[in-house]
Amino acid sequence: MSRPEHVISLQDVRRTYRMGTTDVHALAGVTVDFDYGDFWAIMGASGSGKSTMLNLLGCLDRPTSGQYQFEGQDVSQKDDDGLSEIRLQRIGFIFQSFNLIPQLSVRENIELPLYYQGISAVESAARAERLAERVGLQDRLHHRPAELSGGQQQRVAIARSLANDPRVLLADEPTGNLDSHTSEQIMRFLQELNQQGVTIIMVTHEADIAAFASARLHMRDGLIDNIDRGRHA
Amino acid sequence: MRNLRMVRDIQLGLKNLLLHKLRSLLTTLGVVFGVASVIAMLAVGEGANQEALEQIRQLGSNVIILRSEKPVDEGSAAQRASFMSVYGLQYDDEARIRETFREVRRTVPARIMRQEARFESRRMDMRIVGTTADWFALVDRPLAAGRTLEARDIHANAPVAVLAEPAARRLLAAEDAIGQHVRVGSHVFEVVGIIETAGGGDRRLDSDTDIYIPIDTFRERFGEVIVQRRTGAREVELVELHQIIAEVDSIASVEPVAAGIRTMLERFHPNEDYAIDVPLALLRQAEATQRTFNIVLGSIAGISLLVGGIGIMNIMLASVTERTREIGIRRAIGARRRQIVSQFLIETVVLSSLGGLLGILIGISIPRVITQVAGMPTIVTTPSLIMAAGISMSIGIIFGLYPASRAARLDPIIALRDN
Repeated sequence: MSRPEHVISLQDVRRTYRMGTTDVHALAGVTVDFDYGDFWAIMGASGSGKSTMLNLLGCLDRPTSGQYQFEGQDVSQKDDDGLSEIRLQRIGFIFQSFNLIPQLSVRENIELPLYYQGISAVESAARAERLAERVGLQDRLHHRPAELSGGQQQRVAIARSLANDPRVLLADEPTGNLDSHTSEQIMRFLQELNQQGVTIIMVTHEADIAAFASARLHMRDGLIDNIDRGRHA
Repeated sequence: MRNLRMVRDIQLGLKNLLLHKLRSLLTTLGVVFGVASVIAMLAVGEGANQEALEQIRQLGSNVIILRSEKPVDEGSAAQRASFMSVYGLQYDDEARIRETFREVRRTVPARIMRQEARFESRRMDMRIVGTTADWFALVDRPLAAGRTLEARDIHANAPVAVLAEPAARRLLAAEDAIGQHVRVGSHVFEVVGIIETAGGGDRRLDSDTDIYIPIDTFRERFGEVIVQRRTGAREVELVELHQIIAEVDSIASVEPVAAGIRTMLERFHPNEDYAIDVPLALLRQAEATQRTFNIVLGSIAGISLLVGGIGIMNIMLASVTERTREIGIRRAIGARRRQIVSQFLIETVVLSSLGGLLGILIGISIPRVITQVAGMPTIVTTPSLIMAAGISMSIGIIFGLYPASRAARLDPIIALRDN
């Protein structure tokens, strides 16, 4: 199978919510392509539509109209199981509040996507260990998330997001809950991952965090305001 | 692969439940009591049933037992001491029963008295039973040695006797019983056989001190009038037959024939000097006891299981709310709705099964207590345990389905936003 040109391709994508009697156009017609190996930062004030955008890109939601192609597949037509399948096989998520499952150990958290993929316990344990090593937490495998610092927790989350070897890593304000020093470490790490070939799309409202990306997409009122390319950090 | 995932789901479920040990225990109490009641109920029922069946096995299911009984209003003790009391079943009754009811296959008459028997220097108070050869066909006990009474003994008025095994052991001690001569009063009987007695303490038909002799021999040697000495008083009685056992052709005709005999005897015995025992009625009685217990314990079980189920559902709904974020995370990572359903359903089933397990342990102990305290026989059967396990798992599935589907229906975006 030949690889499509773009990982993600949006064509006049709209997302409308009904709030009582009025329609809110969270996305009012967005057309953009994201390519393999890119590191994007989606920026904008709150209410600009960047969260809606991330939910759509992450296949947690479907557009009201327009075309969303993920590696050539039309996401708009998929049912709930179809969306789950794309998330399971091709997308990694990193969240502002880390979103680790508190009652599971570090290893079990990292293994979670592998578990849903149906990979055997022995193999997922081995892979989880390699991933923990990659984020520098190989000696924390049996700890609970609560026993780790914020930066460590976010690194566990990154390890988990990489477990399915994703085409795209989606990050939602990944440094929002971290101090500036740890934020920089995490961003450097994401940059490293990007240099290793991982495509990253990150939502942030902080310009100095967005500066780590290789391209920035500014949103306003559900539309793309402007795009600027180049690494600034 | 599926099985492995199942094992991991169960482990995860256990882990989540153990996070809230007290809550899980309290939640599952309803199931515990429900399951325990089910097991206790079935154990009591089975015990009563088995007891009745054992009695029937010893007495025979298609027999009716008639016994002579001294009527109560028979004058003062002084009168009884001086006069001879005449009462009870008569030879004619036996003939009438045999001739009137074609369902009656045979009848076994018996004359019974207590008398001392002697062997060498040993003496023993015995129950002398004069009867026919058919006794041994109806009161079916294993033969320990020799033979039973036979038709030729009856016709010949032979001075032969069959001893109950415990009596033979005590009276004849170590001697080889068969061929020995035992004295009853002034009469000598040759021992021709030793027979076992009913186990389990049921003394309605035979006892451990029985000596069986041909009925005509009884009549000839001891006469119709029986003098019994009892604590100072002397009782003189004329009873033709002390007992008649009637065997009918099928279990279905036991109760109609018993009713017919009752009506017939009422006509000839206005002062009720007899009693009718129907072993089959014991079974009916056992069934009635069982029904009562089933209603009481069944209601307790039903209510407990319902309340238990609702309790489990309630706590699982709370758990779903509590773990909304976890559900959102799992969905974002790629878990399908079905996998969320199975995760919560397995957790509920694990919870209710643990309750069931505890209930089984308690349910096994309750019948023991009932047996100890109330003296009722109880039997815990394996099928009842399997059923109890099945019930507790079904409770988990039935009452877990709604919370699990609620969990699966959560919108992952909203679930992730939950604090």
